Amino acid sequence: MSNMPAKQILMGINGDEAVAYAAKHALVDVCAAYPITPQTIIVEKFAEFVANGEVETEFVRVESEHSALSACLGASAAGARTFTASAANGIELMHEVIFLTSSIRQPVVMAVADRSPSGPINIHGDQTVSLAQRDTGWIMMYCENSQEAYDSTLQAFRIGEHPDVQLPVMTMLDGFVLTHTLENVYLLDETDAHKFVGRREPMMITIDGKQVPLKLDPKTPITIGPLQLFDYYMESKLQHSEAMEKARPVISQINNEWAELTGRKYGDGYLQPFKVNDADAVIVTSGSSAGTARFVTRQLRAQGKKVGLLKLRTFRPFPDKKLAKLLADVPVVGIFERTHTTGSLGGPLFNEIRSALYDHDPRPIILGYYGGLGGRDVTPEHFKSIYKELLKIKDTGKAPRYPIKYITVRK
Amino acid sequence: MTVTTRSSSDYRHPILEYIRQDRLPHIFCSACGIGTVLQAFANALRSLNFDMDRLVVISGIGCTGRASGYFESDSYHTTHGRAIAFATGVKVANPNLKPVVISGDGDLFAIGGNHFIHAARRNVDMLVLCVNNFNYGMTGGQMGPTTPDSAITVTSPDGNIEHPFNLVSVAAASGAVFVARWTALHARRLTKSLEKALQKKGFKFIEVVSPCPTLYDRYNRHGSGLDVMKRYREISVIRNFTDPMKAEIDYRTRIVCGEFVDTEKPEFTDLLASQAAELQKR
Ligand SMILES: Cc1ncc(C[n+]2csc(CCOP(=O)(O)OP(=O)(O)O)c2C)c(N)n1
Ligand code: SF4
Ligand SMILES: [Mg+2]
Repeated sequence: MSNMPAKQILMGINGDEAVAYAAKHALVDVCAAYPITPQTIIVEKFAEFVANGEVETEFVRVESEHSALSACLGASAAGARTFTASAANGIELMHEVIFLTSSIRQPVVMAVADRSPSGPINIHGDQTVSLAQRDTGWIMMYCENSQEAYDSTLQAFRIGEHPDVQLPVMTMLDGFVLTHTLENVYLLDETDAHKFVGRREPMMITIDGKQVPLKLDPKTPITIGPLQLFDYYMESKLQHSEAMEKARPVISQINNEWAELTGRKYGDGYLQPFKVNDADAVIVTSGSSAGTARFVTRQLRAQGKKVGLLKLRTFRPFPDKKLAKLLADVPVVGIFERTHTTGSLGGPLFNEIRSALYDHDPRPIILGYYGGLGGRDVTPEHFKSIYKELLKIKDTGKAPRYPIKYITVRK
Repeated sequence: MTVTTRSSSDYRHPILEYIRQDRLPHIFCSACGIGTVLQAFANALRSLNFDMDRLVVISGIGCTGRASGYFESDSYHTTHGRAIAFATGVKVANPNLKPVVISGDGDLFAIGGNHFIHAARRNVDMLVLCVNNFNYGMTGGQMGPTTPDSAITVTSPDGNIEHPFNLVSVAAASGAVFVARWTALHARRLTKSLEKALQKKGFKFIEVVSPCPTLYDRYNRHGSGLDVMKRYREISVIRNFTDPMKAEIDYRTRIVCGEFVDTEKPEFTDLLASQAAELQKR
């Protein structure tokens, strides 16, 4: 971090605390949350800020996650900037309201301390639960480390509240690997952070020829979330989809703005390639695994092996075109995901990436790897073995008959 | 005179046959009240010579929620808050079974509160045993629906501002046919109430006020687990059949214990069965 444009404070904190600081710096008006491992530290740290009078946030310790997001939704509809955080079963319980929040276009920001779904009951990390939210219409960003958790959480408010977008944003941090691990994190000076996020401006809509804010306000009464049947439901879906498309340039723009302010940049906001250009074999992954994979990529490059890594940062909107551009000419691609899906050919990352490459001829041989489920350690050895297999396929030109594998599983 | 010495292996703890010994040692902190409650439950089973083939121990998630793993019976560790809904399913599918839900204040009254009031209203045959330690122990001591006014927890570091539930009052108002409260100090009386409840049909509720010396009682400077038990002795009074609305629970002044409700009303699966029989006749 040699040329840091803004003054920053270096702190030894874990991922949960980094998120709590981001929420503090984001001038959140309302926070409603229910505790669940490994998210608890976010809420506890935030409760401390509230108790110390360091934030002006109304903090509601609700009785469940369903209530947490419902309360955030209500607060957001009334014009407040809102934040919540959860994990695993909490996210699953929220599911009903997760759809609702994006469908009525409320830019709530939610940190997901990614933990495996029950059952068997497990408190450790993988990304199955967050990726299961892929059809809910939220913007979804995966963080590689605690620094990114801070950065992305702050960016999330700007992205979601952008007048063209008005969508909720989920930022994911891998359970325990990030949530509970101490790292050096640069935090913005609070005034700079405030300048960056600003205050939430409600979206303006036209009613009877008059411009009114899209919020519950007695001065300009409106209804939010009314019944839409076969008359208008599909049009709402299309508008939602258009908003997600409009988020594309905004995510890149905020990523650039952040780079100017802090010196930190996450690729184009979507994808972070590392030595992909001339690579014979590329691994695509997301979250903390990307750090481990980069370490191995660097090692193997030093040995002259032409390997590369593509980190997927933003999953929704899915960067299909950007991804295809980077990967189309790579001979062999391995997709490592800490997700599990049954009864389909591979997990969500595998499917979406493979689909993005469908129109290209020739296209890479693509393999999918399930690993790190239920908190099982993802080590450099795993990525070495994946690269080894990918390079062998490149040399022999022979693809395996079934493209999906489990890494480190007992039979 | 001859002195015979015996080694400890000559003795068998009387409740061992009710406990899944392969699961020991248990996870509870020392001086936690949950162990006392589980022992009282095992003692009640023993003194009733309870048919273990009919028992199903069901719990939600939490320190107390771990209970279901320790009994030598059928058991199920459900998701957070859903133990009572699960128990309803068990009872309806096989009315011959005796579901016992053992769970915490957060599990049963925060995230699972809805199930509690409705199972009580329907009078589904089950025993609900709640360990009330005034916080979410398992997740690190956050405030919940029974946390007293001004109490310190990790999510209320400046003192709780919310009004807590009086659990026995909630249970009685919702329609439970048996309602009692004890503290972890009242192990013998608790066992007697458990025996009574296990033999009674309908929705039974027993609250046990219990120390959490690791979190709640530490944050609130209540001293050691032993100090908390001493405090229970000082402030608890037994007032059977007092109005549950008036059964105070205040660590600073008074904890009213006793059996508050013991009544009869038609049970849900019996009603289901008789309605089904009626319909068959048509
Ligand atoms: C849907 C969901 N939300 C949150 C959690 C996290 N969680 C586990 S136990 C618990 C609270 C337990 O409190 P209580 O029921 O009082 O039991 P205690 O540990 O105090 O005995 C919470 C919030 C979860 N497992 N599932
Ligand atoms: S944290 Fe509290 S409730 Fe949980 S086992 Fe320890 S003392 Fe008991
Ligand atoms: Mg509790």
